[in-house]
Amino acid sequence: MIDKFERNVIYTALLVSGLFIFSLFYAMGAKKADVTECLPYDKSYETARVNQIDAHTYQIFYVARMWNFEPSIAYIPVGSEVDLFVTSLDVVHGFNIFNKNTNLMGVPGGVSKTTVKFEEPGVYKVVCHEYCGTGHQNMQAEIIVNYPKK
Amino acid sequence: MNVSRFLKNVILVELFVPVLLLTIGIYHGLMQVIYRAGVIHQAAVAKLDYYQGLTLHGVINAVVLTTFFAVAFGHATIAFYLKKEPNRKATMLSLILMVVGTLLAAAAMLSGKASVLYTFYPPLKAHPAFYIGTAMLIVGSWVAYWDWAVIYVRWKRDHRDVNTPLAVIGTLVNFTIWFVCTLAVAYEVLVLLVPWSLGWTDGVNVVLARTLFWFFGHALVYFWLLPSYIMFYTMLPKLAGGKLYSGMAGRIAFFMFLILSIPIGVHHQFGDPSIGRGIKLTQSILTFGVAIPSFITAFTIAASLEYAARLRGGKGLYRWIWKLPFFRKDVFLFGYLINGLILFIFGGLTGLVNASYSLNNVVHNTSFVPGHFHLTVAGPVFLAILGMSIFLVSQLTGKKIFLPAINTIIPYLWTVGVLIFSTGLMWGGLMGEPRRTNMGLTYLNPASEQYHSYWVISSMLGLAGGGIMFVAGFLYFIVFFGTFFRKKTAASMIDFPVSESLHEEKRIPLFDTFRPWLLLMGIIILMAYLPAISDALNNTGRKAPPYLPSDPTPILPKK
Repeated sequence: MIDKFERNVIYTALLVSGLFIFSLFYAMGAKKADVTECLPYDKSYETARVNQIDAHTYQIFYVARMWNFEPSIAYIPVGSEVDLFVTSLDVVHGFNIFNKNTNLMGVPGGVSKTTVKFEEPGVYKVVCHEYCGTGHQNMQAEIIVNYPKK
Repeated sequence: MNVSRFLKNVILVELFVPVLLLTIGIYHGLMQVIYRAGVIHQAAVAKLDYYQGLTLHGVINAVVLTTFFAVAFGHATIAFYLKKEPNRKATMLSLILMVVGTLLAAAAMLSGKASVLYTFYPPLKAHPAFYIGTAMLIVGSWVAYWDWAVIYVRWKRDHRDVNTPLAVIGTLVNFTIWFVCTLAVAYEVLVLLVPWSLGWTDGVNVVLARTLFWFFGHALVYFWLLPSYIMFYTMLPKLAGGKLYSGMAGRIAFFMFLILSIPIGVHHQFGDPSIGRGIKLTQSILTFGVAIPSFITAFTIAASLEYAARLRGGKGLYRWIWKLPFFRKDVFLFGYLINGLILFIFGGLTGLVNASYSLNNVVHNTSFVPGHFHLTVAGPVFLAILGMSIFLVSQLTGKKIFLPAINTIIPYLWTVGVLIFSTGLMWGGLMGEPRRTNMGLTYLNPASEQYHSYWVISSMLGLAGGGIMFVAGFLYFIVFFGTFFRKKTAASMIDFPVSESLHEEKRIPLFDTFRPWLLLMGIIILMAYLPAISDALNNTGRKAPPYLPSDPTPILPKK
């Protein structure tokens, strides 16, 4: 019923799709790249703060609102593993760390969470990448890694 | 085929109204790239704000133009292939709903009371007229669909053993997807947002609203795309001077779109809280499933074109390509369609990147995303709409095309523009350049402390490409309106090019019926979406009151 060329093409298409799906699982497994965790929400996420768990483990609770993030500047030593929590007090905001492939949404009534390791010292810019009103283009924050003494 | 005066006028209005509005949409397209590249450091030009212009650009180009065109093209296709014109009352009702709805939404956007972008994510609040107008536009398109469904069922009763024409299958599949997916957004708008925007309810569940929006939002892109697919299968091989390699492949592709277009919308919400990882991963993989009909189409159309080129004396492994009628004025549609296909190679592949679960972290909400979708919706979709609107206007009014040589060049110019534009946006996106942001005020303003020099070259490429696209769009308006206002030289008619099948094809009943496919569609949608909606309801901690885009304090209902 189906001709030879068509059959070959269907096999090729399935093979290519299989390759994509394999890469996707490879990225998840070997590279530990995953999307935000799904956590139940509670009021405590609405308080912005930085917690130190031990010498190299931190938690940052970000609260986004029109048109800034809190904490607007966070200081972290080099080599720290940081759990990031993001929520919003008003409208939907975005949370993208430049050059770190960290990409979360700040949504009122929900909390996004991911874990990032900061191996290199520097100033990491956080940009709001979801339209959140007239001041959207002003909304950014910084994570300063290896700030000598604050 | 001759058409009645009534149908002719309906189709012409359904083309004229959106193309007239498109002038505003394209103007704002040009303005986006100018603001973003930091050429101007202003919040507004000519009293139209950046985000207001972005809303107009998105709603007009991606919702109004595409919906009007799909309905106009659907009327023409059904009448041409089933030899039966639509019911006049239903058609009139559909037209009035669509035009009035569009005017309401346009008034809300132009007065600056609905600068919430085309995704209108709550808790940003627009004027109720924006929500009601958009809902009327959608309901108007439903009325046309119900009428075609009746025509099809009656036709099928009299032609039980005749294979339904591929174009009719495509049109009905497309509007079935559209009807099912718009149910969710109609619920979002009419039940959640309108009472909330009028102050009758206190808050809205934002994750639920986003989930309902994307139930619609991704199927929407197939609603844009399928009219072009109908043209690729049923017209392009004929325009090239050959035959369709396999009509069966077209049927398989359309039914795959029917079952897989909707249950993949969560791939727009990988960064959202409150929705489980398992649901996101499932819908990511289902998205790869919906890429398969596009792979099938790419092969079938390439094979049909090669056959046509060899008939014209083409030789060699690839040299045959040059025998295709790229610049022939009599088959100008070929140029529009082939350019769309070329852009779609890149559009489809970048789409797979976006849908690839954790890889999406690299690109989500960066300018990579508009870079991608300008290769799809501003590629095969938009070019097919431009070409077919000129084709239909010329045939229905019986007027010759104005400036036919320019008309053959427009799609090439547009394609060059889009390629440069999208390269700039996608490159910038990989460097973290945010989408939907007036970067000229801060990130690309050397006077601002937020100045970000990395994005200068990428946004300049966007500007260059956008400028070329604007010129091509401008030339299109000259040809379209020029043809419209010429002297009539022939009788009104619709005469689509019709591709024959290369091989003789038997009718296979499974691919000439909707029932099993509709059942499968329903099952997959429920399996994919019930857990997502349940998560959105259970994991969201509080409802949000409305906010105006200009004010960080919420609008609290007067008690």
